Amino acid sequence: MRRDGAGGPTAATEGPTLNPQLAETLSAALLVLVLACAVIRPFGWPEAVVAVPAAALVIATGAVSFDDALAEAERLGPVIGFLAAVLVLAQLCDDEGLFQACGAWMARTAAGRPRRLLAQVFLAASAITAVLSLDATVVLLTPVVFATAARIGARPKPHVYACTHLSNTASLLLPVSNLTNLLAFAASGLTFTRFAALMALPWVAAIGVEYLVFRRFFATDLDAGAQAPSETEPPQLPLFALVTVGCTLAGFVLTSVIGIDPAWAALAGALALAVRALIRRRTTPRALVRAASLPFLAFVLALGIVVLAVVDNGLDDALGHLIPEGTGLPALLALAALAAVLANVINNLPAVLVLLPLTAPSGPGAVLAVLLGVNIGPNLTYAGSLATLLWRRIVHAHDGEVELKEFTRLGVYAVPASLLAAVLALWLSLTVIGGG
Amino acid sequence: MAVVVWIVEGTWHACVDAARAHTPADADVVLLHVTPADVPGAAHGAFAGLLGRGHPSGSRPAEGWGRDPGTRLEHLAAASARRLLEDAADRLGRPCARTERTGRVEREVVAAAEGCDLLVLARDGDRTHLGPHSLGPAARFVVDHAPCPVLLVWPEAPPGLPTMPQPPDHHHT
Repeated sequence: MRRDGAGGPTAATEGPTLNPQLAETLSAALLVLVLACAVIRPFGWPEAVVAVPAAALVIATGAVSFDDALAEAERLGPVIGFLAAVLVLAQLCDDEGLFQACGAWMARTAAGRPRRLLAQVFLAASAITAVLSLDATVVLLTPVVFATAARIGARPKPHVYACTHLSNTASLLLPVSNLTNLLAFAASGLTFTRFAALMALPWVAAIGVEYLVFRRFFATDLDAGAQAPSETEPPQLPLFALVTVGCTLAGFVLTSVIGIDPAWAALAGALALAVRALIRRRTTPRALVRAASLPFLAFVLALGIVVLAVVDNGLDDALGHLIPEGTGLPALLALAALAAVLANVINNLPAVLVLLPLTAPSGPGAVLAVLLGVNIGPNLTYAGSLATLLWRRIVHAHDGEVELKEFTRLGVYAVPASLLAAVLALWLSLTVIGGG
Repeated sequence: MAVVVWIVEGTWHACVDAARAHTPADADVVLLHVTPADVPGAAHGAFAGLLGRGHPSGSRPAEGWGRDPGTRLEHLAAASARRLLEDAADRLGRPCARTERTGRVEREVVAAAEGCDLLVLARDGDRTHLGPHSLGPAARFVVDHAPCPVLLVWPEAPPGLPTMPQPPDHHHT
């Protein structure tokens, strides 16, 4: 059964044209196909090329009723719009030179000390992941961090690894930080500010544990030294982009206080930067559409509908007894661990889509515990999940794919410790603030 | 005399100085830098872990969110290695050759040192006291496996003799 944002069970699918076993088999097979194609990317197709027809097929065969699919689309629509606005906002911030300025700030303030640079990278990556989403950290910040380390002659490994870890760990704070959060935010019924208030302590705790692990794990590289950068003209601070991002954050708070969808604040921020960039001819309408990643949005919607079919047709009964009841500390720990395992097997996106309808009835605490697991868990494998990892090993078997041992060893130290700290912090937040 | 000098970020100055001080002026010096493959690899992996983003594959030009940061890192790493070797050559102030490699650092260094008469490298571990961890994993592997004589230098002035740990049994007479 699928629960909507209000937390109540919706009516079961009406008038199925398939018997339940067949419907479940078909939906499960389609989900496996969609995920396999998303990992393998046959012929370099966008993932939506397989996912959208699969979603159409589950509706056409009645594995999920048209009304239920429509309700799911209505629920996911604002989430997807929110995501598109944040992606455009991040891309425009990059066009304005925000990430370059960030690199220059890191190089100057690190003053030739690698340990200080690591602290700056942690600050920058945590802030950028939280506000502009994990895509921004992976795609836009990581190269800047590498260039900064190279510029001051520091060994780049700890700083680049910090970006990849924090793109997951630091994506706990706001609903916009990670697509998984946006999906959970819609299902939890929390306001934007309450979500952020409950996740602030887990966010700080998880990042703090990562920082301690990194300082120890990379002690040799961090001790190797570096040089202070030669005095150069500091690049111009992209004030307009910074002010726009600040106003967008304020807009999130304001919209959630007066009770409208915070996606509008993200849209306003993206529009402000887009209009300015268009007037100054720094971007084109085509580039803006590309920044919104339309095939990705279509993939998320289609995946949501296929997962709905799988969950509705029996997975909820199968997995239901694995889901711990309640929101006490042991239940939160078990939920986070289960979510981390599931995210590591396939990917955190399908994991969160499966777990949300099963945990939403237990309340926001349970949903947030799932988020801790699916967001921190992927640091265990360097490609985010075993499925992606195995496929990459097969494809790259002959051209020297990276050594896994070190990254995995780092994950084994960092993930259980930061997950435990984050769950404890969440439990504390829930006790003090209340799940509302 | 063929000399290989292993250039690593942060500690290379001492290796270049040692090569100049301890080898004849007409020695064939090769400055070697190895980019660890797992640094761009980690960025490739993080990008691959973003499921469903419709990243373009193959030879299609990547733009916007389709730019693989790992590829960008490979280009940046190559440029950075080139600059580092230039700086090292300037410091050496003698004719020399430069070699850039990519892969597992310690194995690449051992392979590059094959057939040479001297390999110069710096300690890369805890350098606050003499031993026992003044060699990091990479340098330890290279010292263990080097197929040639090795000159092992402290990147900065060595810590004094009193920093040496006591022997396990110090009731000697």
